[in-house]
Amino acid sequence: MESFLQQVINGLQLGLVYALIALGYTMVYGIVRLINFAHGDVFMIGAFVGYLGFAHWGLPWPIAIVVSMAVCALLGVTIEFVAYRPLRYAPKIAALISAIGVSFFLEYFCSLKFMFGPNYQVVTRPFDVVTWNLGGISITNIQVMIMVTVVLMLLMLQYLVHRTKVGAAMRTVSWDHDTARLMGVNVDRIISMTFAIGSALAAVGGVLYAIAYPQIYPFMGIMPGLKAFTAAVLGGIGLIPGALLGALIMGQVETMTAAYISSQLRDAIAFSILILVLLVRPSGLLGRTEPEKV
Amino acid sequence: MTGKRMQILLALAGVIVFYVLVKAAAFAGLLNPYWQRVLDQSLIVTIGAMGLSIIYGFTGLFSIGHAAFVGLGAYCAGLISKTWWEGGVWSFLIAIVAGALFAGLLSYLIGMPVLRLRSDYLGIATLGFGIIVKVALDNANKLIPDLGGATGMTGVPQVANFDWIFVFVLLAIVLCRNFVHSTYGRACTSIREDEVAAEAAGVNTAKYRLVAFVFGCTLAGLAGGLYAHRYPFLHPTNFDFLASIDYLIIVVLGGLGSLTGTLVTAIGWVFLLEGLRFVLGEQFLDFRGVIYALILIITILVRRQGIFGGKEFGPFAPGRMEGGVAGAAAGNHKSLR
Repeated sequence: MESFLQQVINGLQLGLVYALIALGYTMVYGIVRLINFAHGDVFMIGAFVGYLGFAHWGLPWPIAIVVSMAVCALLGVTIEFVAYRPLRYAPKIAALISAIGVSFFLEYFCSLKFMFGPNYQVVTRPFDVVTWNLGGISITNIQVMIMVTVVLMLLMLQYLVHRTKVGAAMRTVSWDHDTARLMGVNVDRIISMTFAIGSALAAVGGVLYAIAYPQIYPFMGIMPGLKAFTAAVLGGIGLIPGALLGALIMGQVETMTAAYISSQLRDAIAFSILILVLLVRPSGLLGRTEPEKV
Repeated sequence: MTGKRMQILLALAGVIVFYVLVKAAAFAGLLNPYWQRVLDQSLIVTIGAMGLSIIYGFTGLFSIGHAAFVGLGAYCAGLISKTWWEGGVWSFLIAIVAGALFAGLLSYLIGMPVLRLRSDYLGIATLGFGIIVKVALDNANKLIPDLGGATGMTGVPQVANFDWIFVFVLLAIVLCRNFVHSTYGRACTSIREDEVAAEAAGVNTAKYRLVAFVFGCTLAGLAGGLYAHRYPFLHPTNFDFLASIDYLIIVVLGGLGSLTGTLVTAIGWVFLLEGLRFVLGEQFLDFRGVIYALILIITILVRRQGIFGGKEFGPFAPGRMEGGVAGAAAGNHKSLR
């Protein structure tokens, strides 16, 4: 029982990091209906900038996170401006291919020797790991830090989306671009802001990931990106609570499979569950099925 | 002689000239084994891409797991040849056909439940299936040691030469061309254009979605079987998510709903990737991925409808007898989704 609870805690750690990435996917999808394939690579760059920040530039780690958020927000806005905006009213698949191109570009560009280089880098943590023992379950300070940071981010996001003018504009744009424009919403600016916020969240996820699983390399974003996107779909894409729910489930499934079945089958079981959920609830767990329009 | 028959004769002449040129170049030493391999690979990729072109380009079923079916075909055909190799043409053909049918069968089994999903959700489900297949191949040696698992599979007799691959490419092209211009193909195109309208017009959409999916995946399996008999080392990463993305890129860049586009882009894409290695040289080889990505982004920004934009040329174009309406539908649709 105690080891099971231990796995729940470990799964929570993974799930919360996935949640930060999934939020960016789901916000962008909600607003421009695009699978932003480059998002996993923004997460990777976030991890690298954060790592460089606290390990090489001597910044305290909270400042490193903020720097990483700023860099990734800027990157996200640039990507949207260069690669997606010209294709906004093109067939959806064109923007998707462009996203794949950006993803490859970021991966290969960061693998160049004058950037981060193609190899794994071991992250030296900015603080020592402290383990507390609570009735047989061990909790590390990293896990506490992840939980606090993610909850903080979620509260801020929830406030932003539901209590501010920008949030109202974002929700309007997610319904209909043209109507939003008629209501005086600057659609381009709102879309840029969505990319900035989503990318900043991915940056936080990246830094936390680098501290929790201290090995980073330029292709590290592919699998977490895919899984976070899957989590967003699992919960119901376009919905912020859905992304959180899906990510938490994904984290648990992965950790439990690795602990009790086989760590090699981890991905297969996670994706089997996704397919089964989609078959029963085609719009995800929290999503509502919209009637087909003629 | 009608224009149509003329076109077919011209195409046939083109095919023969291409074959003779390749053979002559190989004989004269202009085409070294390295580029012969690249050419063979491009033709094998063409077969697989034609399959995805039917599935996504013509029927509009978003699939990001196509390479998984190539892999299933490759491992199935490879295992048969490795275990029961008798030598000779029949042994090879049986393995190839079995690989194609195996991929087709699995696509039927997965397609039955999954094809109910729409657009992006279908894409994610097929992506998930692709990852499941990859994991299964990685661990396959625990069940059948001959499959090699994560260390890769070797020992498949290398009998698929250029001649065989060429024959199968032609077969795939003719099959796809005739499929697209048949009742089936038009039903599929109508599903892509507007599923509700197609249903209202009496098209059994569920059936044709499955038909297109199984047909396309069978071609993927065929490509896989050839691959297994041409390249001595099979590895699950050859058929992973990134390989599926490659097929998707080829079909979209070629232009959805254009077999001409798929054919040209598949061959061009493989040669571009190898050509970059050649042009950049040792010193700048690291930049290959960056340039590849930039070419991809710029191409799609400039030609958002794909290079051929849904247009067909030569023998791929619909015949006169089919009338203007069908021709317009197959050649000129602007509303690609």
